Amino acid sequence: MAFEPSPADSSARMSAGVMAGQAARGVAGIARFVLVVAATFLGLLAITFFIGRVVPIDPVLAVVGDRATAAVYEAARERMGLDRPLLVQFFSYVGDVLTGNLGQSISTGRAVVDDLGRFFPATLEMATVGILIGVALGVPMGVTAARRQGSWADQVIRVLGLLGYSVPAFWLGLVGLAVFYAGLGWVAGPGRIDIFYEGLVEPVTGIYLIDSLMAGEWEVFWNAASHLLLPASILGFFSLAYIARMTRSFMLDQLSQEYVTTARVKGVPERRVIWRHAFYPIRIQLITVIGLSYASLLEGSVMIETVFSWPGIGRYLTVALLNADMNAVLGATLVIGSVFILINKVSDVLYRILDPRARR
Amino acid sequence: MSAVRDWLLDDSPSSRLQASLGRAWRSFSALMRNPLAVAGALIIVVLIVMAVFAPWIAPHSAIGQDLANRLAPPSALHWMGTDELGRDIFSRVVYGSRITLMIVTMVAVISAPIGLLVGAVSGYFGGWTDRVLMGVTDIFLSMPKLILALAFVAALGPGIENAIIAIAITAWPVYARIARAETITFRDSEFIAAVQLQGASSVRVILRHVLPLCASSTIIRVTLDMAGIILTAAGLGFLGLGAQPPLPEWGAMISSGRNFILDQWWVATMPGFAIIAVSLGFCFLGDGLRDVLDPKQRDGR
Repeated sequence: MAFEPSPADSSARMSAGVMAGQAARGVAGIARFVLVVAATFLGLLAITFFIGRVVPIDPVLAVVGDRATAAVYEAARERMGLDRPLLVQFFSYVGDVLTGNLGQSISTGRAVVDDLGRFFPATLEMATVGILIGVALGVPMGVTAARRQGSWADQVIRVLGLLGYSVPAFWLGLVGLAVFYAGLGWVAGPGRIDIFYEGLVEPVTGIYLIDSLMAGEWEVFWNAASHLLLPASILGFFSLAYIARMTRSFMLDQLSQEYVTTARVKGVPERRVIWRHAFYPIRIQLITVIGLSYASLLEGSVMIETVFSWPGIGRYLTVALLNADMNAVLGATLVIGSVFILINKVSDVLYRILDPRARR
Repeated sequence: MSAVRDWLLDDSPSSRLQASLGRAWRSFSALMRNPLAVAGALIIVVLIVMAVFAPWIAPHSAIGQDLANRLAPPSALHWMGTDELGRDIFSRVVYGSRITLMIVTMVAVISAPIGLLVGAVSGYFGGWTDRVLMGVTDIFLSMPKLILALAFVAALGPGIENAIIAIAITAWPVYARIARAETITFRDSEFIAAVQLQGASSVRVILRHVLPLCASSTIIRVTLDMAGIILTAAGLGFLGLGAQPPLPEWGAMISSGRNFILDQWWVATMPGFAIIAVSLGFCFLGDGLRDVLDPKQRDGR
């Protein structure tokens, strides 16, 4: 599926990323990391600013109407600050974003920041459960595939991996709804929770599973869980496909190493060879893979949320897109983009800190 | 036939044409020995044939409505059933192949040259040029592609051309990275120095001697990316931001079948199978191409 990092991306990031040096260079490394992240955020802001400017709708016309005289139009333009040089406008935009001012949404009538704050926990909940499913199934599958290279299990995992590249997420969501909700009745339908459970639990974190547990409302918990199961599993499938494939290729690398052969010759039990000798060194690479996969799930949730009417940022974004609600679109783009960048960069730097080979 | 083969496989080719044809033949026959790659190539050939001969292959019109025959299940007359306006879904899928083929071709034609050029210039000149260009490339690489494409389409307005532009804008950085990595490996080699000493300008060196060597890895990458491009385009169509009705775009068709998914499942599912088949085809072919053209990276994925 489109929302997974490609091998080229990750290698690209590794070469361009931060070099967390040895202790002496540690401070410089941190400074560079901060600089790179800041530059990337500035790039994101520049892109959203540019997108905001190329919108064919003239923001002044939207305020004064198309009957206004030239003098009125000019006055409004000045008041909105659109007569200033582009660079000045950009810096005032950066200032606005940093102080949390993303403008009003025309469709909800509230400040975009407040909207995003309300919708974000739903996305976080779904993506997190999705990545948990992906890791819990993907890692053992990848290890199995590498152990029995060429066996039917390996083939099945290979096909799953390729399907992860070629199945549209929204299509899988629709088919999932038709089969598991309408056909078999195993899961609840679209939405986060049934209407009669709504508002029963005080929103503390905004994550229904946690809120209902804290309130001790088991019925609400199970209802929320049965709504969450299908969309999270579908997201999990895409991360599973990626994680299993990467685990397999890392494991194959390790299993062909001489120290693994040595361990086997010495008579170490196969289980121990696999999990202790071969798997142990790749856990750091896996952290990076899981981090990248998590970030792309946040992105992928846009489609899934639309299909499942899941009130998260992704759905907020698509609704805003259809209403040409640019403040909301750019705000949601900024939030998803920032989280995406942050997870990417942090998993990159974690890799460098944890892996002794990358410290050089 | 065997004379032609011997000529192609001659160890000491007597002309440049013979050498390059021979190389192409060797790659081709290596590709044909890989069953998945053959399957992938077949799927793509079918896609192209469907797109070119759509009016002859499709049994019905792609937009002609038949309201008396709405939402008919798959039958001998309508192989994939009919949609909410009585249009034959199989015919629409056949015509939709034209749109899909056009989108992937256009995105590849726009984004691959941009990426190649940025990467080659960056790798060839090095220094500050490299730092600035790669800085920009890395910023684009760190962005979520789908979200960025969505935002661009929102700004440019819905439509197939704008969807193509938006996808191309998000696709080029990968090729820039690849081209730069390739360029650096042979930037200081003798054949480049020889051309430079003959007085060739930088433009000539890059266009005639650097870019051709970056081509094979870029072709592999573009083929592997095709699946992603198809899915993004279908996703934009699904959200109503790509091809507009009544165009038979596969993603938009799934979107219109959404309301009937519980009872008339075929409306939304059939175009999905087409998307999966074509995406898988490009994945298979890309994997096969990589094994043939770039044996270093085997098992990389």
